[in-house]
Amino acid sequence: MASVDQTMSDGHHGPARGITRWLYTTNHKDIGTLYLLFSLLMFFIGGCMALTIRAELFQPGLQMVMPEFFNQMTTMHGLIMVFGAVMPAFVGLANWMIPIMVGAPDMALPRMNNWSFWILPFAFTMMLSTLLMEGGGPNFGWTFYAPLSTTYAPPSVTFFIFAVHMMGISSIMGAINVIATILNMRAPGMKLMQMPLFVWTWLITAFLLIAVMPVLAGVVTMMLMDIHFGTSFFDAAGGGDPVLFQHVFWFFGHPEVYIMILPAFGVVSEIIPTFARKRLFGYASMVYATASIAFLSFIVWAHHMFTVGMPLAGELFFMFTTMLIAVPTGVKVFNWIATMFRGSMTFETPMLFALAFVVLFTIGGFSGLMLSIAPADFQYHDTYFVVAHFHYVLVPGSVFSIMAAAYYWLPKWTGHMYNESMGKLHFWLSFIGVNITFFPMHFLGLAGMPRRIPDYALQFADFNMVATVGAFIFGFSQLLFVYNVVCCIRSGKQATDEVWEGSRGLEWQLSSPPPYHSYSTPPTAEQLSKASH
Amino acid sequence: MQQSPSNHRPLLLRLTLLTVLMFGFGFLLVPLYDVFCQITGLNGKVLNTGPVTEVGVDTERRIRVQFIAVNNEAMPWQFAPVERELTVYPGEMKHTAYRVTNPSVRFMVGQAVPSVAPSEAAEYLHKVNCFCFENQPLQAGETKDMPLLFTVDAALPEHISTITLSYTLFDITPKAQPAATRLPKDSRRML
Repeated sequence: MASVDQTMSDGHHGPARGITRWLYTTNHKDIGTLYLLFSLLMFFIGGCMALTIRAELFQPGLQMVMPEFFNQMTTMHGLIMVFGAVMPAFVGLANWMIPIMVGAPDMALPRMNNWSFWILPFAFTMMLSTLLMEGGGPNFGWTFYAPLSTTYAPPSVTFFIFAVHMMGISSIMGAINVIATILNMRAPGMKLMQMPLFVWTWLITAFLLIAVMPVLAGVVTMMLMDIHFGTSFFDAAGGGDPVLFQHVFWFFGHPEVYIMILPAFGVVSEIIPTFARKRLFGYASMVYATASIAFLSFIVWAHHMFTVGMPLAGELFFMFTTMLIAVPTGVKVFNWIATMFRGSMTFETPMLFALAFVVLFTIGGFSGLMLSIAPADFQYHDTYFVVAHFHYVLVPGSVFSIMAAAYYWLPKWTGHMYNESMGKLHFWLSFIGVNITFFPMHFLGLAGMPRRIPDYALQFADFNMVATVGAFIFGFSQLLFVYNVVCCIRSGKQATDEVWEGSRGLEWQLSSPPPYHSYSTPPTAEQLSKASH
Repeated sequence: MQQSPSNHRPLLLRLTLLTVLMFGFGFLLVPLYDVFCQITGLNGKVLNTGPVTEVGVDTERRIRVQFIAVNNEAMPWQFAPVERELTVYPGEMKHTAYRVTNPSVRFMVGQAVPSVAPSEAAEYLHKVNCFCFENQPLQAGETKDMPLLFTVDAALPEHISTITLSYTLFDITPKAQPAATRLPKDSRRML
């Protein structure tokens, strides 16, 4: 382990003390930790909102909250989970792992890295504060369609717009940093096609972020101008068009959903080979599949709006391009299965989460295929079927992969093993909870229950009750995760450098926990070949 | 490949440029969307206005043209077509009108925005003269017939036998008040 003891000379003896360590830090590991903790906090805030929604929907009729507040809850739950929980969690993983995985001493732009994190608490404080303002917070759905978000919006919408601007700036800076690190700071001798798949998926994700976050900034700027400066981008009275909003929004929105899933593909592609004790099957095809998915994400956006009155040619174009996405995604799923085929598998917590990811994400993919059929979508549109679909790809998809990544790398980050039995309990409760919550929503949607409503017809009562029970199981079992992480940091048993028997990759050649400054001298050719995929 | 920060500069410049370009592209989508809709006739957005040379009337076909009037929210005017439906031959010039009454006690200005369904028919419905071309000032209590002169193109696809022309009436008094004549230039696109 040539890399273990690198802290001598040059005055860098480790982190500063106290709060300023976290405020001023430019260390990728510190910033990664900050991102991960922030996203965990947001996950619980968004989760409380989800439980408020589910509690209200436990029975038909209005019991807990008023419809106005219910609308704010659905809106904020979506915004917090997308922009506050899932995206920062992946940026945190990128910060922690990418420099180590490519053998770089730190991110390419450490000061900008600090800035992109510290924008986030301000952005989300501003966004959450709208809930306390007169007229309430955003109540127009996370997709903030005009004119609901312009003409009919509560006065707090301006704060929402600025919050979106800030988190957009943060994401773009984070993405630029990731690209610069990957392209400029790889260890000498590491070719692009030798990078770990997590690094590859993040490189592609970063380009998606740079391509679409500015479009999101553009669309909220148009809203701002419509609301305050008398323009009419989305106002038909002044010659604008509300359907334009949906086109511009989904031009951002569809790549955005891949921003939330591509790094998950990367995580799973790291974990499955480790616990199957085999190399990843079809490395090159994985890279090309990821790139194809990223490309296709730009030409499918209108499948979110089949019912706005598009001409037949448009419906067909977006229907077929959407179905086409199933091909590269299928390549990935089959590669994961082929990786496990005849491997000597063990089922530690990260592997369980990764396996659940493969199965449940595929279910979400299939319901996506059903939704991609334009004539069928006319029935499914804006029903709970859509809710079931995107929660299947986001919760047991993105969130499970983040959990898997956390358990997988936690011993490396902290130097301690987590409690395996508690991890497994967390997994099984989450797995059962997720399915009890979201599977009945398919049936509700097919039976015609609309989404974003606080009350519903009596025939939907039973499945809603089941879903609410599942949601509380899932929600409260996440506390086990927090407890496990705290125990792991404080008193877990010492982890080895390799941590897992089948682990490869440069990160496992560092000590656990890694030194504050790692790979100050680049890894040797020998280390690289040992780590190569 | 350990690099000093200055070596990141070319890449950073390119990535920042990409960010700025994509921000601009977001705004470029606005005119692109209008152009796209006008070329393809989607969304009923067609500017088939002005004089049309009358080619022969096709008496073999009869097309039903239905008229719909919708008030935008907060628009108090009574607004209705004089004739709810007309049967026309393709190529034939027809004249009809919409009747508006301003029941309020103040001077108001309205503007009607048309939409054609099915959108495929939009480019075949030529409005030679339409009240929607200009804004409509009405004194308190005044009633007016707003004229509409149109023709259906003989090239209308065979399978279309009914065209619905819908007008949504907007209250543009606040915008028109300073100088009612300024409005045509102000509004982003005249219909």
